[in-house]
This record gives sequence, structure tokens and C-alpha cells, in this order.
Amino acid sequence: MNDLSAPSRITYGAVLVRPAVVRRIRGLSDKALAWLFITPTMVLLLAINIFPLIWTIYLSFTNYRANRPNAPVKWLGIDWYQTILTDPDIWAAMQVTAHFVFWTVVIETVLGFGLAFLIDKKFRGHGVWTTIILLPMMLSPAVVGNFWTFLYQPQIGLFNYVVAFLTGHPASSFQMLGDVTLSPWAIVIVDAWMWTPYVMLICLAGLRSIPDYIYEAAEVDRASKWRQFWSITLPMALPFIMLAVLFRGIENFKMFDMVNLLTGGGPGSTTEVASITLKRAAFESWRTGYSSAFAIILFVTVFGLANIYVKALNRVKSR
Amino acid sequence: MNISIKALFAAGGALAVGIGAATTPAHAQGKTITLCWAAWDPANALVELSKDFTAKTGIGMKFEFVPWTNYADRFLNELNSRGSLCDLIIGDSQWIGGAAENGQYVKLNDFFKKEGISMDDYMPATVVGYSQWPKNTPNYWALPAMGDAVGWTYRKDWFARPDAQKDFKAKYDRDLAVPKTLDELRDIAKFFQGREIDGKKVYGASIYTERGSEGITMGVSNYLYDYGFKYQDPNKPYAMDGFVNSPGAVKGLEAYKELYKCCTPPGASNSYMSEGLDAFKSGQVALQMNFFAFFPGLYKDPNVGGDKIGFFSNPAATTQATQLGGQGISVVSYSKNQGEALQYIKWFSGGDVQKKWWALGGYSCAKSVLNDPGFPDSAPFSKEFLKSMGMVVDFWAEPSYAQLLQAEQKRVHDYVVADKGTAQEALDGLVKDWKAIFKEEGKKF
Repeated sequence: MNDLSAPSRITYGAVLVRPAVVRRIRGLSDKALAWLFITPTMVLLLAINIFPLIWTIYLSFTNYRANRPNAPVKWLGIDWYQTILTDPDIWAAMQVTAHFVFWTVVIETVLGFGLAFLIDKKFRGHGVWTTIILLPMMLSPAVVGNFWTFLYQPQIGLFNYVVAFLTGHPASSFQMLGDVTLSPWAIVIVDAWMWTPYVMLICLAGLRSIPDYIYEAAEVDRASKWRQFWSITLPMALPFIMLAVLFRGIENFKMFDMVNLLTGGGPGSTTEVASITLKRAAFESWRTGYSSAFAIILFVTVFGLANIYVKALNRVKSR
Repeated sequence: MNISIKALFAAGGALAVGIGAATTPAHAQGKTITLCWAAWDPANALVELSKDFTAKTGIGMKFEFVPWTNYADRFLNELNSRGSLCDLIIGDSQWIGGAAENGQYVKLNDFFKKEGISMDDYMPATVVGYSQWPKNTPNYWALPAMGDAVGWTYRKDWFARPDAQKDFKAKYDRDLAVPKTLDELRDIAKFFQGREIDGKKVYGASIYTERGSEGITMGVSNYLYDYGFKYQDPNKPYAMDGFVNSPGAVKGLEAYKELYKCCTPPGASNSYMSEGLDAFKSGQVALQMNFFAFFPGLYKDPNVGGDKIGFFSNPAATTQATQLGGQGISVVSYSKNQGEALQYIKWFSGGDVQKKWWALGGYSCAKSVLNDPGFPDSAPFSKEFLKSMGMVVDFWAEPSYAQLLQAEQKRVHDYVVADKGTAQEALDGLVKDWKAIFKEEGKKF
């Protein structure tokens, strides 16, 4: 415990505390002091997290529109929730989101782990390669969205030319962003390109955390590399892989910026993920009550799924 | 060291003051007002024009221009959050209902009366489209500022090529000329699609297909109107069955899809104004659908302008109409500089200012400019502009316009670009969506 009764001035780290302050603090208990220190954080959290959440829940039961602040607000009960959950367009958007989340997570996990496995073998120049691989992750989604729009351009886009070179189909014979079948895959490809390095980093941390002596013991027991991978590497890196899946799953469930830039949800509604539907309802149609209800439904979905997943993750970690 | 730092600060301060003094014009003593609009060619003309206002009144002008794709998002957010960024706003025609009913624009009736500004001095379509709410009533919320409509440009030099003339005649048994009907337009677009011109593969037409904001609606409307689509029963407001989804409207939607499928460049599934300009300027397409506002700039283009470009208004089908563009200028009710903003509107309504506005590349809505005997020949596109302004139709301008627009964007894009369902199903679905929106608004029909 610090001596607060020192005669003149006391220095805590870089902060100089004057005697009057010291006298005031001296009268406080440890608990009161703890409260004093955490109160600003609590207030901030309440103001920017909890209050908006409660307010959104309230609005979701009303017909409030942010663009008509003077209009009377009517209590609608669970009307919006019923409307949303029975709306085929909403279910279509949820299906698009599920497709996007599933495939991006699968591809990013497989590729990310594969890259991490390679990078973990400290070959010559692996530092440079790591930096190069990490580059896409460092770019802004706005930049990525824009330049992939150019890459996918059927007449001048590099992507189409590469595909044309490999398959023999003319470059302008297909359009990644304008085709109903290809566009859901176009956004998956871009997300995988951008975020696989992130999964790789987490997996790399997992691989580097495996002690060498375990492999040495396995070598002594004449375990093959294949056996070592399945019995040591994968099980010990699994909690990290699962963590990466969790992060990417949550992030991609909320995906907006990149898809908005690449396709705007089109063609038609083929790539309209849930967050684009939500944005349109909230800030284009100004159906604030409706969009609040939709936001709550999305929140509960992500929160529920993430909780189930975290329990599974904890079970894996405790094995 | 200390001295040198002090000296540095002093010099910096003096420099800052000096720069400030050097760059601050005489109007620094007066107020500065901010005008919000879209970032496009006419906005540059307005910056030029507004210099006269500053010179005359001493009121400085600041401009907030936002690209079209974010224009509605940005400024409707600003208005809805009661922001005072904009003192004056050149808001889209469809905003007028919401802005008037939500108290975002200042009503201008008393001001017009006081200043002797008469709406009879402006082209009727622009008064109804840009200024009145409710429509066709003498309640004014804006001064018609920028007349606009959808029109077409074509490659005059390609049309004039003897080989093209000969091939077209052989195929369609008529001369390759400016299309008078939408069927003729489709034939021309088909004719050019994939054709080699000077060793380069070219395409038929660039049309609006954009999904995110208003693009495909602004494009398809030109076809729907021409085939008899109406927003509602003229005798029974909000009654849409048989008008929005009439057999004619279905045909119009099918025709638009046919044009998109047969005759647009690859990758044109999300095109709007700027993509159309790019396609035309880069010599990719023979025909381009776009707003007249861009035509002065296109005419001046060194590669495709001058003798190489021609202009025509939207061709006919069973009838002839075109989509209204353009905007009125309004005073934002949250502005702290309403007096100065009104001064600007008064100045802008002046006859000489309107003439200069047209000369600089803006489209005046004043009769004094448009009815001038010399107007039709004042630019290669002015005759077609006049013709178009005489047959314009606008989208809903209801307070719920954004929701109505989104519904059409989705239904039409799903059918035209994503090949979902039939035209009849798309328009029936649109009626269903619009009815639900109006019902939520408490409208009776």
C-alpha cells in the first residue's frame, strides 16, 4: 500500500498529487477508490453501448421514423418482429448472408491454416513472404472494393484475363459482378483474399505455441510427419483455429462495406446480405422502428450463435 | 536555440496572418453561405456563376458537392438530422414532399410575393416538378434551378460511315438515322453491338442499370412511360392496379430488358450516369442514355464531342414521354443564414443571371431564356432539351419516395438484370410493395 500521509507532495508514476487531493483520497476506502477509477469507463460504456442498445430495443416496438421527428410515435408491440420474421425478402437476405459466411469462413480457414503451416517452417525469406501475405489485410475495405471492381471488369479486368488464359473462355464472355450465379462467389473470393492473412496470423500464433519437445518426443517414438500433424499439430492448434473461425464468422455476418462497394447487393438482390437490407431500411427508407427490430434480431442471432460456439471452444480448450 | 524557436513561431504566425490576409477577399467582413448539390458538370458552372453574387452582395459562397451515388444519402441524412451545414440546397425533385412535410425547407410563397418572383415566369413542368408540394397547388418550396430530363446521345460519325449506312440499309431496309421509336433504337443498338469500327469492337447502347440508388428506375421509366405506364389512376389517387402493371407497362419493361440483354457492353449490370459517360467517351458505345445536364460537357469532349456527337430526346413507343431530372433550389429551415440564402435565390432568379446560367452550362428553367427565339439554336442539344421538357414525367414525390424508389429498384433490377420472374410478376410485385408503403403512410385508396 502506498503511504498517502507523506508530508508534502507524492508522485504516482508521472502524476504529481497535491496534498489537498491526498487528504481527500485518504478518507476513501479501497472499494470506493476502485469505484472511483472504474466509474468513467462504466459511464462511457453505458452511454455508448448499453443506452443505445436499450433505446434500439424500445424503438423496435414503435413506428418511429428518424426523418419525421415531429410525427406521433405509436406503440406497435411485436408487429415489426412478426413482419420481419415472416418476410420472404428478409429470409432471402439471411440465406445470402449464410452462403457468404459459410464459404468465406471455410475457405479462409483452410487457406489461412495452410499458409500458417508453411510460414511456420522457417525457410529462407519467410519474413518477407509473411509481410507480403499480410498486405491485403492492411488495406481499407473501400480500397479493396474499388480495385476488385476493376479487376472483375469484363473488358479490362485482370481477373477475367487470368480466367480466360486458364480456361480458354473469352474474357468478356462472363461478368463476375453482374451474373446471378457468379456474383455470390465474386464477393467470397474478395473477402477470402483480404482476410485469409488474418486467419493465418491467428493460426501461426497457435502453431508457434506448440512446444518443440512434443515433436521431439514424437520423433523418438518414430511417429510419421503425417501422424504428428493429426495427433499433435492440429489438436493443439484447434483452439486458435476455432477462435479465428469465431472472429471471421461474426465479422462476416455483419459484412457491409465491401459488398456494398462491389455489387451494392445486386444483381437484383443476389448479393444483398442482411446488413445491406438493414442499411436500406434504416437510412434510405428511414423506417427506424422496423430497422431497429431487424438489428435486434441480427444481434440476438449473432450473440446466440457466438455463445454456443464459445462453449464448444471452451470444451476443446479444456481437453 | 530558444531564440530561434521563438523566431520560427513568430515568422510562422506572421506568415499565417499574411496568407490569411492575402487569400481573404473583400467579402470576409460579410457572411458566407454554403450551397449543397451534386458533384457534376453543372455544379462547376454554378461555382463560376456565383462569383457574381459574391461580387454584388459581398456574401461569400461555399460549396458542398457530393457524387450522385451518395448525394441522396448524404444530404437526406443532413436534413433528417437537422444539420445546418447547408444554407441552400439544390435537392432532388423527389425530395420535395418529405422536405416540405417534415419542415426541412423554408416555404417561399411570402418571399416570392414580397420580391415579385412569379412562378408564371418558369416552365410549368419545372414548377410542378421542382417547386410545388402538394403537386399542382400554389405552395412553393423551391425556385426551379436546373431543368433536366433523360435524353440520348449518339455517335454521329459512326452513323455517317458509308459502310455502316450500307449494312444497316441492307439489314433493316431503312436509313441509319436518329431513331424515332424505341424499336428503331433497339435495332440500331443491335446493329452496332459487337461491330468492328476502326479495328475496335464496339457495343450498342449504355443504359441505366444501377442497383444501389436510383439508376435503373431512372432508366426503365423512359420505357415504361412510353408504353403507357402511369403511377396512379388520374381520377383516383393511389389506385395503382391496371396503371403501374398495365399490359403496356409490362411491354415497356420487357423492351428495356431486351435492350439490356442484346445491346449493352459487358459488365454493364450496375451502370449509371458516370459509367454511361465513361462508355461513351471511351468510344465503346454508339448510343448513350443520360441526363441533358451532361450534354454540354460531352459536346466539348475532344474525342467524341463536336461533329462526332448527336443528341435526341427519348423516342416514342405507343406514346412519348421522358423521365424528369433536375432540381429546385431551396433554403434549409435549419440554416442560420436564411436571410443571405434568400438573397441568393432572389439574385439567381434575375433574368440576366438566368441567361448567364444557361451560357455557362446550367439549364435555366426561366421562360425568358427558354422562350427566347434564339434558344433552340443556341446549342446542338437545346432543341431536344425543349422537346423533352415538354413531355417529362417524374417519379413519386411523396414523403415516402425513398421507400417507393427502393421497391422499384429491387423489383426492376431483379427482373431486368438478375432474370428473376416475368415482367408481369415484377410490376404486380411493385404494386403490392407500393400499396404496403402507402398503407403504412395512412393513405386511403
